Amino acid sequence: MKPDFRSIRIDTERCTGRMKCLRICPTQALRVRNAKAKLLSDRCIDCGECVRVCPNHAFVPQTSSFSDFSGFKYTIALPSPVFYSQFGKDVKPSAILSALKTVGFDDAYDVACASESVSIAIQEYLEANGTPRPLISPFCPTIVRLIQVRYPNLLDNLIPIESPMEIAAREAKRAKMHELGLKENEIGAIYLSPCPSKMIALKNPPRKKHSFLDGVMPIADVYPNMMRALSHSDHTNGKSEIRGLGLGWPIVGGQVASLKAEESIAIAGLTDVMRVFDEIENGKLKDIQYIECHSCPTACVGGSLTVENPYIARGRVLRMVEKYGQEPCQDRQKIRDLYQKNFFSLVGRIAPSPVQPLDEDLSRGIQKMHRRQQTYELLPKIDCGACGAPSCMTFAEDVVKGEAEADECVFLAMKSFESMSTNLLDVVGKHSKKIRGNIAS
Amino acid sequence: MKRVTEKTFSQSFSIVGREFFDAGKVSTEIKTMLKELGVDAGIIRRIAIAMYEAEMNVVMYATEATVTLELSPKAIRIVVDDRGPGIPDVELAMQEGYSTATTEMREMGFGAGMGLPNIKKNADHFRIDSVVGKGTRLEISISMN
Ligand SMILES: Nc1ncnc2c1ncn2[C@@H]1O[C@H](COP(=O)(O)OP(=O)(O)OP(=O)(O)O)[C@@H](O)[C@H]1O
Ligand code: SF4
Ligand SMILES: [Mg+2]
Repeated sequence: MKPDFRSIRIDTERCTGRMKCLRICPTQALRVRNAKAKLLSDRCIDCGECVRVCPNHAFVPQTSSFSDFSGFKYTIALPSPVFYSQFGKDVKPSAILSALKTVGFDDAYDVACASESVSIAIQEYLEANGTPRPLISPFCPTIVRLIQVRYPNLLDNLIPIESPMEIAAREAKRAKMHELGLKENEIGAIYLSPCPSKMIALKNPPRKKHSFLDGVMPIADVYPNMMRALSHSDHTNGKSEIRGLGLGWPIVGGQVASLKAEESIAIAGLTDVMRVFDEIENGKLKDIQYIECHSCPTACVGGSLTVENPYIARGRVLRMVEKYGQEPCQDRQKIRDLYQKNFFSLVGRIAPSPVQPLDEDLSRGIQKMHRRQQTYELLPKIDCGACGAPSCMTFAEDVVKGEAEADECVFLAMKSFESMSTNLLDVVGKHSKKIRGNIAS
Repeated sequence: MKRVTEKTFSQSFSIVGREFFDAGKVSTEIKTMLKELGVDAGIIRRIAIAMYEAEMNVVMYATEATVTLELSPKAIRIVVDDRGPGIPDVELAMQEGYSTATTEMREMGFGAGMGLPNIKKNADHFRIDSVVGKGTRLEISISMN
């Protein structure tokens, strides 16, 4: 378990230094050096924007594949509720779940129902805990990481409730252990994920704890076989055993809709999320009870490892909620009792994980900030990216930290070339006069 | 704009009154700089709250202001110097709950009369001077340890 596990790795063979990733990275975690992208992992928050934008697929999600599960006696697929929105119009969630059993898994277990349980647990938590306000949803791993890296003041605002993915894995495994007489480590629980960041729950959970998950597979990897499996018959008619408001969780506002918290809001997209986090840090938004937060602008239906157009997928989710959402899948009282028995609680604190400061020593850091400003003033301030840094300010910082040379900026290089050549011309001019004079005499 | 003594760093910012679109920007910029220096999260929170309240007062009541930030290994010092109506009774304005905010301002969630008291509470050293018809000057210092 490496403490700095990041769910994305750069394949330098594939990288051709196109620089598209530089600008898109919301935390300025990428540089291009010697025509290859380089990840500064202390800044990376696993958002997957680079995975989406790279034309060469040089950003490789560190997810699992079927070969990782050969050691298990029995495998269970746990599809993110996003999965139900990836196939044709009106395909029933229950049909999708049974098709999963024909594409390489021994069984499949619904996660949407666990989302419903978790929303009841959140409700209970909100009612029992008045502070701090606002509480923040902890289910998008990128949001949790963003708080660890940039907003350590908000760590206590994260609701300490287990994710639907973990609850489902635990329940699915327990049921099968009981039914088949297997041990926990003989059963593989595999999450079919819309994004690479879910891999963190497995490799490096923010609260150090045991995960019941054994793998995280991209939805996109299972998609082709699923299409084939679903093409054989009609899966659109009849009742679906999978139901409840948990089906709405993968779209913006889905969590809020499943709660009865009056003052709650949903935010998606890192720019807006950061704006709201700044406000909270400034002491604002105290009248809001709960904030549903997604890193992806269209929430999980727009995750970087999905297949379907996120807007179409969103439409399908809304339709599913309309058709199957109204009838709950859980007995509310039963879930409340489980909540009282700490079935959903997470223990332990999440540690901050701040970006490496300008310098470990504050006075030296202040000096470097000063030098950064001086360097910045020399730059053209147009953020052209040719130096391999995303902005003139980050370039100035890299120079001060000794990670880049000032003349890697084409403008600075040109300036020094200009003054060099003026000197050179001066010298040449002086000498040629002398030589010409010598010849003349 | 900057003073060249090696141990300190200073930078100035400006705030424009009635410019609600940018409201909170200076506070966020200062906060970002402190995070880049690895300053303790608790100190950052106090600075963020104090700076935000000062900034909002300029946006709501004054014409414009210059903010000067001075960082040294010992302390963070912020001076907010505004051109505006000034405060006739500073002692009164410093009381919790006192506010002259308009109905519209209250509808936007301001006007609890907590801004100035909160600035004072979060600062280790606080000074306010105001001249009616000219402007208000706040001095906020927070020690680094
Ligand atoms: N920069 C300023 N210029 C002129 N008047 C000011 C200024 N700052 C504060 N005041 C006056 O002092 C009063 C109290 O300010 P304070 O920040 O404590 O409360 P508020 O701004 O009214 O409400 P809140 O800060 O809780 O939203 C204001 O209502 C206003 O009359
Ligand atoms: S919004 Fe959803 S898909 Fe996107 S990173 Fe967060 S959890 Fe993953
Ligand atoms: Mg105020």
